[in-house]
Formats: sequence, structure tokens, C-alpha cells
Amino acid sequence: MTNTFRGVAASPGIAIAKAFRFTNTRHVPQKQTISDADAEAGRFRQAVEKAKGEIEEIRQLTETRLGAQKAEIFEAHLFLLEDPDLVDAVLDKVNDEKLNAEYALHEVTEAVVEMLMELDNEMVRERAADVKDISGRLMSHLLGKPYATLTGISEETIILAEDLTPSDTAQLDLNYIRGFVTEIGSRTSHSAIMARSLELPAVVGAGAVSASVADGTLIILDAVEGQVIVDPSEEVLAEYREKKQRYDERREQLKLLAQQPSVSADGVHVELAANIGSIEDLMKVLENGADGVGLFRTEFIYMGRNSFPSEEEQYQIYKHVLEKLDGKRVVIRTLDIGGDKELPYLELPKESNPFLGLRALRLCLEREDLFRTQLRALLRASTSGKLNIMFPMIAVLSELREAKRILGEERAKLEQEGIAVSDAIEVGMMIEIPAAALNADHFAKEVDFFSIGTNDLIQYTMAADRMNESVAYLYQPYHPSILRLVNMVIKAGERAGIWTGMCGEMAGDQTAIPLLLGMGLNEFSMSASSVLPARELVGRLSKQEWASLSEQALTMGTQEEVQQFVEQRSQI
Amino acid sequence: MLSQTYTVIHPSGFHARPTKLFVHAATQFPCKVNLIKGTKKVNGKSSLGLLALGLAKGDEVTLEVDGEREEEALKELGAMLTKIYEE
Repeated sequence: MTNTFRGVAASPGIAIAKAFRFTNTRHVPQKQTISDADAEAGRFRQAVEKAKGEIEEIRQLTETRLGAQKAEIFEAHLFLLEDPDLVDAVLDKVNDEKLNAEYALHEVTEAVVEMLMELDNEMVRERAADVKDISGRLMSHLLGKPYATLTGISEETIILAEDLTPSDTAQLDLNYIRGFVTEIGSRTSHSAIMARSLELPAVVGAGAVSASVADGTLIILDAVEGQVIVDPSEEVLAEYREKKQRYDERREQLKLLAQQPSVSADGVHVELAANIGSIEDLMKVLENGADGVGLFRTEFIYMGRNSFPSEEEQYQIYKHVLEKLDGKRVVIRTLDIGGDKELPYLELPKESNPFLGLRALRLCLEREDLFRTQLRALLRASTSGKLNIMFPMIAVLSELREAKRILGEERAKLEQEGIAVSDAIEVGMMIEIPAAALNADHFAKEVDFFSIGTNDLIQYTMAADRMNESVAYLYQPYHPSILRLVNMVIKAGERAGIWTGMCGEMAGDQTAIPLLLGMGLNEFSMSASSVLPARELVGRLSKQEWASLSEQALTMGTQEEVQQFVEQRSQI
Repeated sequence: MLSQTYTVIHPSGFHARPTKLFVHAATQFPCKVNLIKGTKKVNGKSSLGLLALGLAKGDEVTLEVDGEREEEALKELGAMLTKIYEE
């Protein structure tokens, strides 16, 4: 009879195969008093040495399979085998309390695991699995029994287990193992992380699955929805075979696309970049093959804490992002606080109209100390990659000039201190205030690039608070008045020989992309998950054709007309 | 004895990799290395000790070094507490 279990989709994919239950029974040893403590200690040391040898083998296997970085977990295991809190603690119990090595190991392991599990941090609690893994291996050696492994499987299988240890996961034979289900664990458990790098479908935390499933039962592992279907009907099975095929094809297609350049059907290159708020977002940027980072919102470094981040802290973060992007463009926006983003420790006076008040660059020019700290950190990091610095919320030229003057001063100071600063940094500004868009001709002569921030540009042009639901109908990104402003900015940039990007929601919007490409936008920065669909779309569009189509769109009177027009034309 | 307090900035806190690197560096020094967070004090040469502190991003941790080459240890190990690691 069909039975369905739900769990956490830890590594996406769909697998259909027979179940195999994997158990590594835990041995709870008897407490014994020994007479020859030296011999007992020697026996334990021997077990440690054997375990080290085995883990070294697993480490090498993982290194060949997944690279040095993934293999490091086993270096950490080797480390544990030298850890005073583990090894010395066991030896102390043997010597001082005359306990047998098995029981001493059991007691120490329990204490360490309990201590780790008490912590209010999921990632650290997961490390308890490492300690159990090591301890189980040591116990097997002390008892002279083999430590059960998954290396012997020789038919297509989905593994069911209470949990998989790091060493279990590292030894999975990908020729036969199609996926796994664990009863406990989370997205951050080691087995989940491994599964993602092996691209092996996995559902974790599925509860008491394995106990109720006999070996050899056919199961569907749907690690997209996070469910396990045991003994499916023919109907469900057929449906899933089709689903699996579609999923695998789509995944292959996107993977190929992630490595391809962003080029229109008529051969025009554009940059499809991603927006990030923290370094945690970088993984998705790289996975989705973005051409760079078009907007790093640095305010998130300042939020959720009680004091300002230091220059050194910021420097480390910027340097890390630049290094990760490995020479691809990274546009870092200076602090944009105020409006809807507050910093309690900044103790700003309440304003009746925060979106029209002292925010972003306006605030930075008022609180120069803050601004200078950030600029120094940015300048110091500039030698680590392709840094672009971007100032937000500029309305008038004097603001831009003031910001550039301060940047120049900080650069000079650093150079005087003998600290290297790249001379290839591009300095640009956001265009999000209609006054700046209308004056773009003048701004273009004094910056290296523009980036249009559509969320604010729409809000300020329409005079409609984007947080206020009663006026939500005025959020109209395709309205001709918005498009005309955008077009003005792009054309002003073109005339001055600088590039123009866009970093609002609109840049990843499938209806807006054809128009923006046609107008001549050079860079589109969006959420990482939109990059590949955007690349696919751009590849189908002719820039030349959309140049004239977008001109037509600019003459229209309402958003509805534009939307209809684009939808009709882009289906061709 | 020397001591100084640092803020952890590694986004996922001190786990496998940072812990391993820190402990490895700490064991190269002859002096005692202790780490203190709140009321908890652990041996900085033990990765289990370090894990037990549960250092997360934004946490303040005090590094205490005592003995031979303590100045050098403070400088090198302190820098390791407030940096971002590849993971």
C-alpha cells in the first residue's frame, strides 16, 4: 500500500529506486574495572591510530571526488582524533578511574555530544554527528568489529537511514545510489551539504521512515517537494517518471546556460548580474552563472547589531566578495540607510517623511565619519577584484561632487600610508530620483556609470509610497513616464560614453527586459534566481528589432498598452 | 598574560573549517590559549572546546594567551577570530 512521508528537501532532484535500509547499530558497552591501565590505554591508542588511517583514506577519496575543500571535513575528523577534550579525556578516565576503554569512550562521547546539542546553534549541534561518527569508528576497533559502510551496494538504490554520518556520505557509490532519506537532520547537516555537492537528491528529517519500509520496496524520492512515496501505484509511478525526466532535462539546460555568455539573438553582449545583501547570497550568484554583482546592498552589514561595523570588518567582507567573484564586476553601493531601513544605534531623529528625508548619501554627507570608514574599507579592498563604487540617492550635482571629493581624500590618505589602492575603480551613481534622471546629461560627464534604481524611481515619479497598499496600483514599472525617464538616462549615458545598468525589480522582469534591451541598457542586475531565465529570454531577442519597438512603446499613454504590446511582440 | 576581545564576522560562525584552522594555529604556540564567551571558558587548542563555545556571527569572544610567545599568539590568533573563511 502506498505510504507518503514528508521531510525537508535538502538536495533537489527526483529519484525512483528500491529502498535499502542502512543501520549502524550503536553499541552501549558494559562498565568494567580494569587492572592494567597501561595496556588498556595502549589498546585505545591503537584504535585511534587505526581510525586515523581509515579516515585518511576517506579524506583522499573525497578529495579526488569533490575537491580539497569538501575533503576538509575529514581533516577536521583527524583533528578530533588528536583533541585533548576527546582523546586525553578518555585516557584520563582509563588511568584515573580504571575504566575499560569502551566505557570510558562511551562516557566521554555522551558528555561531548550532550554539550554540543545544548548549544543554541543548529550548525554546531550538527557537529555532534562528527563526534558520534568518530566515536562509533573507535568503538568498532575496540570491539574488533567492522564499522558498517555503504561501499558494498551494487544495484540502483535509495538509502534510508536514521542519519548518515559524514564518512557514510563521503563513501556513497554514485554508480548505484540514487538518493537518500534520513529520519533526522536539517538542510545544514553535513549529509545534506554533501548531497548538494554530489547533486544527489536527498530528503532529511522525514521521521520514522526507515523502520516501516522493507528493503527492496520501490520508492519515489521527491526531493523537490520534500516527500517520499513508498510503494507507489502504477499511475503515480508513471507521473513521476515523466516529472523526473522533465526535471533532469530542465536542470541540464539551465546548467549549460549558466556557463554561457549573455548575448542577444543579434549578437549584442549585455551583463546579467545579481543583487546581494550579504556574503551568504554569493553561492546563489555563482551557481546561477551571473556575470557579476550589480548591487551589493551594504546596509545589511550595519543592520541587526548594536554598534557600527569597523573598517577592518567591512574590509574583510568587501575583499571576500571581490575575491569570490574572481575578476567579475562587483558594484558596491555605499550605505543606504533611512527611509524604511532604520539603524537603532544611529539614533536618528524621527522624520515625518523618512523617504523624503535624511537618507542614504544625504545621511553619509551629514555623518562623514561613517562614510569615510566605509570608503576606506572599500578602497583597501579594491585590489582584490573589479570594484565599482556606487552612491545612492543623489538629486543634485553638488552631492555627487562632495561624495567624490571625500572619496578622493580617503584615497590620498591611504596612498600616503603606503596602502595599495586599485586605479581601475569605477565610480558611479544610482538614478532613483526623477531630478537626477532629468539631469542625467550633466551627471554622465562626472561618473563612470549609472545604475537605475527602479523601485525608488517609480515611487518618486508616481508620488506613491510603495509600502502603502491603498496606492499600490500606482506601482507601474512599464508606464511610459517611467520608460521615458529610463530611456533618457540610457541615452545620456551613451552620449557620454559610459555604461548604464539597472538594479531594481524591473531589471529581472520578463516584460521589461525586451524594452530595456531595445533602449540600450548595458547591465541588468536582479535576484540571482532570475539570471538564467533572463539569459534565456535575451538570447531569443533581437536588440535591433527591440530598439524600434521600444521607441513605439515610448509613445504610448498607459502601462496597459505597453504591457499588451510587449507581450504580443515578444512571443514571436 | 594578554587578552583581547574580538567580534566574529564569519557568516556561518565557527564550525568545521575555521575551527580546524584556528586549533591548528593555536597548537603551534607553546603558551596556553583560552577562549571566553560570556561565562564559558574553553581550551583554544581543542576543536571540541571551540565548538562548545558555539561562536556565531556577531558574537564577542575574548582571547586569552599566557606563556611563551604570547604576544605573537595574540596577534596571529586574534586575526583569525575576526576574518571570513572560504567554506
